[in-house]
Amino acid sequence: MLFNLQILLAYSPITNLQLVLDGIFIGAVLALSAYGLALVWGVMNVKNLAQGDFVIAGGYLAFAMFQLGIHPVIALPFVAGIMFMFGWVVYVLAIRRVIQQDMFVSLLATFGLSILLQQVLNLIFGPEVKTIDSHLPNYQIFNEAVTLPMVKMLSLGMVCVLAVAMVSFMRYSRIGQAIRATAQDARAARVLGVNTDMIYGFTFAINAAICGAAGVLVSIIWVLQPFYGITYSVRCFAIVTAAGLGNLPGVITTGLGLGMLEQYTGFVFGAEYQVASAVILLLAVLVYRQIQLSHSRQVVR
Amino acid sequence: MITNVSNRLFNRTGILYLTILTLAIACPLLFPAYVQQMAILWVMVLMASSWDILGGQMGYNSLGNITFFGVGMYVSAIVQISMFYDVASYTSAFGEILPQFTTTQYFAGIYLGILAGGIAAAILSFCLGFIVFGLRGPYFAIGTLGVAIAAGQLAATIDYIGAGSGISMPFYPGDIRIRALFFYFLCFALAAALHILLRWMYSTQFGLAINAIRDDEDKAEAMGIPTFTYKQIGWAVAAFFMGCIGAVFGNMVSFIEPIEVAFPVVTFGIFMVAMALLGGTGTLWGPVLGAFLFHVIKETTWTYLLGWQWVALGAILVVNIVYFQEGIMGWLMRKFPEWFGITVDESKLATPAKPITSTRRAT
Repeated sequence: MLFNLQILLAYSPITNLQLVLDGIFIGAVLALSAYGLALVWGVMNVKNLAQGDFVIAGGYLAFAMFQLGIHPVIALPFVAGIMFMFGWVVYVLAIRRVIQQDMFVSLLATFGLSILLQQVLNLIFGPEVKTIDSHLPNYQIFNEAVTLPMVKMLSLGMVCVLAVAMVSFMRYSRIGQAIRATAQDARAARVLGVNTDMIYGFTFAINAAICGAAGVLVSIIWVLQPFYGITYSVRCFAIVTAAGLGNLPGVITTGLGLGMLEQYTGFVFGAEYQVASAVILLLAVLVYRQIQLSHSRQVVR
Repeated sequence: MITNVSNRLFNRTGILYLTILTLAIACPLLFPAYVQQMAILWVMVLMASSWDILGGQMGYNSLGNITFFGVGMYVSAIVQISMFYDVASYTSAFGEILPQFTTTQYFAGIYLGILAGGIAAAILSFCLGFIVFGLRGPYFAIGTLGVAIAAGQLAATIDYIGAGSGISMPFYPGDIRIRALFFYFLCFALAAALHILLRWMYSTQFGLAINAIRDDEDKAEAMGIPTFTYKQIGWAVAAFFMGCIGAVFGNMVSFIEPIEVAFPVVTFGIFMVAMALLGGTGTLWGPVLGAFLFHVIKETTWTYLLGWQWVALGAILVVNIVYFQEGIMGWLMRKFPEWFGITVDESKLATPAKPITSTRRAT
């Protein structure tokens, strides 16, 4: 551990750049799926613990298409489309009934969904770790001290495109306006003629589509395993809890920050602490908010 | 409006307990092939009942009670081994050398280990309480889930307790059938002890106080109920028994591994919630009934749906939570309130009778 710190601080400071870059690449994907979570949380008051499993499902869809010879970058819109339909089906079957209920019910129902999804994926694709080799070049900069894989830069670019598309969709389109109106006051929106049931379904489906797209990016820059979903869910929760709902710049900053934090913990303490670091960040944020609120004798609700 | 007349089931309760006791003793002797399954059934009854202290009666839905299970398991392993051997060298051998434990050493170790596991878990719950009890509703659930996941991940990094490769527990000195019975009765005794303790606790002021916390915590605090203390006590009881059963379970399966055995967040961790919900939260018998049913369903799907059992379980969980949230006891209470000694005074009701258990605050 101390030796690793020495490497970072004294022997090879350029490694910092590598870690920061890797953190940004990973954090961007995390921020994308966390944005989906924040959307569903804010609009429907449903906390989706199956978020990470949607991501992994999207990744496996891309993997299946890759087996058929379709490059993941081309497969991305198709995966997003399939996940959109899947999200709508899940909404009709289960989520619609838990919106009006206690928040814990939605948490638990989506946890059940997460178990269901990961087991189905396990049965179809097997428990082995899967990767997609996209045959794109790696660039070496700074005397080969820093590696910049083309595929990661590509994924970062796609995250940016998706984020811009999402934000402008929410801001300028008719449905985006309806979604924001429903989030502000569902009853008033209903009075003014918004079909809130449709909007809820659409929101959940678009979240699934975002997750699917994030999953495609995960599949090309990282590895896929049916049971990795829960770690993505926890990271998304950490990001959203830290950033707050409806705070897009916050989600992006926290996402990138969490990505870097994980890279640094992984490098300094060892790879096995990476997941723990995200969870501990979540706990730290919750504790910090409690301390903040306890001055005015309030609690985190 | 709704008056709770003297419990008309009371006379029948004694008969019920006697029947259960007889069955609990007779079944493992009659069907020796299924002793391990029956032992796990009692483990599940205990888990569901202990989850219901907070989840059902107090309205604090924890997803991280499994932490105490793992902590109890590891603490008992350390105690059992460290009494006679050096733990670090024992675990670093990765089970290649298994030191012999004499009968006295083994039993002294296991009883002390169970007790130590329970106490350690209770102390941990006390410390964690300062962190998590300021959280409400879903944040509490997510926070405790985070604790459980972090505990599993951290346990996998500590070399002293074998890190990711786990600990092989001491061998039981004696016949394998007696061993199965021994662990069966340990599990049964712990589950029964918790049930009796809870029966008593729910009948005292404690039960009223934690129900008040569930219904409206701010008002309960304004009424002068020391809510934090009650929450700590409730969680400590759950943690103590989870720690004890974790210690027993670790010895029963005789191999401890951090993610799958000690901190199984996605299996036992979620099963206990599902069982309590299936049976009906906020009742004494609901979790017990739910655990029985859940275990039967689980074992049946295990046998006949090979490969798809987990999918079936996930589906059952979703269907149960989405479509049948009140649980069996809740449904029974709504349909037949007179069975539970509850009389509904129709003349004073403006609307038809409502379910009396589902007074949980809808937030």
